[in-house]
Amino acid sequence: MSEGTLYDKVWEEHTVSELPTGQTQLFCGLHLIHEVTSPQAFGMLQERDLEVAYPNRTHATVDHIVPTSDQSRPFRDDAAEEMMAELEQNVRDAGINFSDPTSGEQGIVHVIGPEKGLTQPGMTIVCGDSHTSTHGAFGALAFGIGTSQIRDVLATQTVAMEKKKVRKIEVTGELGPGVEAKDVILEIIRRLGTEGGVGYVYEYAGEAIENLDMEGRMSICNMSIEGGARAGYVNPDETTYDWLKETEYFEENPERFDELKPYWESIRSDEDAEYDDVVTIDGSELEPVVTWGTTPGQGVGITQPIPAPEDLPEEKQDTARMAQEHMGVTPGETMQGYEIDVAFLGSCTNARMPDLRRAAEVVKGRQVADSVRAMVVPGSQRVKAAAEAEGLDEIFKDAGFEWREAGCSMCLGMNEDQLEGDEASASSSNRNFIGRQGSKDGRTVLMNPRMVAAAAVTGEVTDVRELKEVTTA
Amino acid sequence: MTDEIPEIDSAFGSGVPIRGNDIDTDQIIPARFMKVVTFDGLGEFAFFDQRYDENDEPKDHPLNEPQFQDAAIMVVNANFGCGSSREHAPQALMRWGIDAIIGESFAEIFAGNCLALGIPTVTADHDTITELQDWVDEHPDADIDVDVENETVTYGEKTVDVTVDDAQRKALTEGVWDTTALMKSNADAVAEKAASLPYVDD
Repeated sequence: MSEGTLYDKVWEEHTVSELPTGQTQLFCGLHLIHEVTSPQAFGMLQERDLEVAYPNRTHATVDHIVPTSDQSRPFRDDAAEEMMAELEQNVRDAGINFSDPTSGEQGIVHVIGPEKGLTQPGMTIVCGDSHTSTHGAFGALAFGIGTSQIRDVLATQTVAMEKKKVRKIEVTGELGPGVEAKDVILEIIRRLGTEGGVGYVYEYAGEAIENLDMEGRMSICNMSIEGGARAGYVNPDETTYDWLKETEYFEENPERFDELKPYWESIRSDEDAEYDDVVTIDGSELEPVVTWGTTPGQGVGITQPIPAPEDLPEEKQDTARMAQEHMGVTPGETMQGYEIDVAFLGSCTNARMPDLRRAAEVVKGRQVADSVRAMVVPGSQRVKAAAEAEGLDEIFKDAGFEWREAGCSMCLGMNEDQLEGDEASASSSNRNFIGRQGSKDGRTVLMNPRMVAAAAVTGEVTDVRELKEVTTA
Repeated sequence: MTDEIPEIDSAFGSGVPIRGNDIDTDQIIPARFMKVVTFDGLGEFAFFDQRYDENDEPKDHPLNEPQFQDAAIMVVNANFGCGSSREHAPQALMRWGIDAIIGESFAEIFAGNCLALGIPTVTADHDTITELQDWVDEHPDADIDVDVENETVTYGEKTVDVTVDDAQRKALTEGVWDTTALMKSNADAVAEKAASLPYVDD
């Protein structure tokens, strides 16, 4: 069993009781809710005549179904309007703060939590969304829960959990030019598998992780769940603290920063902490990674050949064969030159300011290929405003990108932003499952934001490091 | 709340095999069917895109086959239920008629969601599962007995050992899988815990 890790300390700190099942009743420092997975939980509460126990430790936003074009009410989609109205009613009745689209602070739940300073080191954070693992970037213990557990948290501010093992993933060395956090996590999932993390929490460490900005750390923790780990985290450090200082909560309550910092320092994993498993990856050897298949674990370096199914472990061969048939890719070739129809820059994985900045650098002075529909969906209204203040929107629009409102959008195709037919998309999102982006014949290639930008302008999967300099006339 | 939570020692009924590793919750219930504020009626959309083509014509899929229509026990392979945390996935399967799932392995959030609904997720190795899936194909009307308490599955003349996670077994067999009331009864301890945390300032 692990000992002295951040996970052990935060778990201990939040333990309320041991339940008869052997599970731990864990206090939840922050409960984030959105429109898709919470309405049924409020319904269950009502059936049992229970109230929301800690509305002040609960925060709501709307992201999954919200349109990213015309957000005027009522929404064009009746079902979306109904879900929105239901959430508005629930938060009003319970007295829960709601970052709605009129607030100027609405956005994807995993973008706004950190932005507002709600997400803090040493907290337990839950949300009815598997990408809640994102918040682990701040040294929080954050994990996705189902709707019945949302009911539990609304009613008690606690959740019943079993303690997991801890695997330290040490990424050593310096990442090469053009290699980003997204590539690191895609490589981790490729190596350890989509279920390699089941039963584990991932601690990301090592020079390559420590050198990442907070947004990069969020991209990595975000996709822990794609590797099977319900939670992943990075120990908080000066990078974390500097970022926190700029958030809404600490700008409004600067005295809290100094009050809390000793606690944050105290929950860092000890130098001599014990782990259940340790994996080391040489970060300096990585290159941009793209997926060739239909699970996030089916990835390959951009200059490397797509594997032949028979060269994979036996249990992975059938899924690989089906995936290659669906995607129309050929083993032995690289993914370079794979034609795309859509470029999607968005999602809780990669739609924050540094993501947009890096993609804009690639796009600047270039044009989206004629055959490509390209869109930028900022992660939040604040990201959108900040990007516009820097003129990034003009760069994208001049190149032929659509510049959208904040939301989950084409990551999961619950609003109008969807793939059609067998369209292929170069996507900065997190899942390439069949049907994920709204069309069951659709094809998704996951990659980092600069790679999405490169694919948008060339019309095919492209090694962004090989793009020729733009010559300005 | 004083509603009795049933003790679930076992599940019983005919089977249906769903083959393949990494079957994600987007496959089990596509996102477009989640634009609802209740779980009612989700059963008919279970595995919808695997079951119907673009014109809503049925395709080859076990859930479409007449011999499996009364199935209560689903037999699956590895990493079943990976991806999204949507409880809509087990809700859809439950409303289709599934009472228990036997598989090689399950994604964590999915298994937790099943437990919250009182659906056992029991595991066995690849060969045991494959053999059971083949047997179900040959005996679609025959019953399978999933004994949660004793961690066995019995079908035909055969009884095989399976694994049930300790907490899951206790929760199901002792009738404490619905944790709301249990945890609510610790409200004072919860309040104390909240007050002791440095970041709680309200």
